[in-house]
Amino acid sequence: MRRGAVIVAIAALALGLLAFVPWIADGYQLSLAIGILNYAVLATAWTLFSGPTRYVSLATVAFFGIGAYTVAVLGEVLAWPVVLLIALGTGSVVALVVGFATLRLSGVYFVIFTFGLAELIRQVVTWFEVNVTRTLGRYVFVDISQEQIYWQLLGLTALVFGAGYAIRRSRLGLALRVIGDDEVVARHLGIGTTAAKVALFTFSAGFMTLCGAIMAPRWTYIDPAIAFNPVVSFQVLIMALLGGAHRLYGPLLGVIPLTLLFEFLLARFPNHFSILIGLAFMAIVYAIPRGITGLVEQASARLRRGAAP
Amino acid sequence: MSGAALLQVDGLTRRFGGLVAVDGVSFAVGEGEILGLLGPNGSGKTTVLNLISGALRHDAGQVALAGEAIHGLPPHRVARRGIARTFQLVRPLGSLTCRENVAAALAFGRRRVFGTGAAAEIEALLDRVGLGGRGDALPEALTYIDQKRLELARALALGPRLLLLDEWLAGLNPTELRQGIELVAALRAQGMAILMVEHVMDAIRSLCDRCVVMNAGRVIAQGTVEAALADPEVVRAYLGDDDA
Ligand SMILES: Nc1ncnc2c1ncn2[C@@H]1O[C@H](COP(=O)(O)OP(=O)(O)OP(=O)(O)O)[C@@H](O)[C@H]1O
Ligand SMILES: [Mg+2]
Repeated sequence: MRRGAVIVAIAALALGLLAFVPWIADGYQLSLAIGILNYAVLATAWTLFSGPTRYVSLATVAFFGIGAYTVAVLGEVLAWPVVLLIALGTGSVVALVVGFATLRLSGVYFVIFTFGLAELIRQVVTWFEVNVTRTLGRYVFVDISQEQIYWQLLGLTALVFGAGYAIRRSRLGLALRVIGDDEVVARHLGIGTTAAKVALFTFSAGFMTLCGAIMAPRWTYIDPAIAFNPVVSFQVLIMALLGGAHRLYGPLLGVIPLTLLFEFLLARFPNHFSILIGLAFMAIVYAIPRGITGLVEQASARLRRGAAP
Repeated sequence: MSGAALLQVDGLTRRFGGLVAVDGVSFAVGEGEILGLLGPNGSGKTTVLNLISGALRHDAGQVALAGEAIHGLPPHRVARRGIARTFQLVRPLGSLTCRENVAAALAFGRRRVFGTGAAAEIEALLDRVGLGGRGDALPEALTYIDQKRLELARALALGPRLLLLDEWLAGLNPTELRQGIELVAALRAQGMAILMVEHVMDAIRSLCDRCVVMNAGRVIAQGTVEAALADPEVVRAYLGDDDA
């Protein structure tokens, strides 16, 4: 239990320091920091579910977009906390339904379904906006500053890490590790595999939805192509894989370098961005299949072996 | 066998396409009894275990545990009712340590013990199957028999009323076989009911109170081991199998 206390203390200290960023950073740096926190939440939430179960989801942006759209529609008319709650509720309900429908699928079918789901939701929103509300885009009128966005994201990051830490030590966390290892054995050990997977998928989607809601005021204008941009799902996947999905802090190690790299690529080569992301993806999977955390673990194991007589 | 049966199987049937892998199979396992399930390769023994444990859906028939119907239940519900199994080809959870393998079964089975309260019990279970001190090892570091022991510890951690063993004693050398037989005998001495699929004759003779012999999906004989093995149809099934 000592180790737990040390981890909590370090996390609290880091959080305290990070809270000061808006006072020392300039506008550009703050916007980078927001980008990093955004992906830190998304990639860590992705890993909560996909890490232990090894189900690769490409639905990240579906939930993110639901959050963003909730704000675009209700942001002006309701109080901010209420808007966040409604976003959370909507994202969770969609995740529950989708989870029950798809988590019986395995492997590649699940990947394709989640990708299709995000596209489907985008098309449905587009259709609805064009045919019913007769607007394709929406202006986001919410009085929230960049600093406030940053602090909210920082809070959400703390929450997602806290939740991940708690889940790992819980019965649910153990159940998911068993499921990821051998689903047949999991069932014979008394684990209700569908319920466990749906619960965590929903939980993870809840964080993604909140993240989209908090990020929405950054754009003054959104349309379905922005809110449900499939590249986001792929970026989150790459970051989590680069960092290493088998550790809670893994994705963070992928998020920081890649957010900076993507920022650079987007500024320098806006027209070739998708291709470059694809190349980065292939290089990462090929060169470091177990991610940065895997490399670190390997290196420290080698050091320990070297130190031993 | 005395009193009501712990497990009652009636007319159990399962088809795979045109093949009737299990064909109207009926038998019972009493409290504290070891029942052997015998038969040539492909006769449907593993399929019977899969049907009882919920891994496969049955096409017809009934299975009852202590008088309550369990056929049609998903495997995790069957496990929680008190039926634990091992696998013909060992299936340890390879990314979990031995301790965690057992902890998982303890947390989700009939017992539902988790966390610090489970620690002593996990060590006791590992000790009981002869894996004391190996708690931190990953299954890949274990020998074949030790992996089988781990599977047994995991099954016992569910707190079962009935244990299904699928050729748990196969592939062991003579010394390991003797230890294995002693371990199963010790379980029986503590009152555990066991349904065991087995080919090893020494084990069958020394452990089984009764046995059921299957061939091509059907029960062709049942009764005491001596009587069942002397049955002409059983002799023919085994000889015919050898000729093929
Ligand atoms: N999932 C399945 N799909 C199709 N056929 C199957 C399946 N499982 C078993 N069978 C077939 O059913 C028959 C019975 O198989 P089963 O594994 O139950 O035999 P067994 O008695 O356990 O044999 P062994 O002693 O070799 O383990 C075999 O012909 C097998 O090929
Ligand atoms: Mg078999």
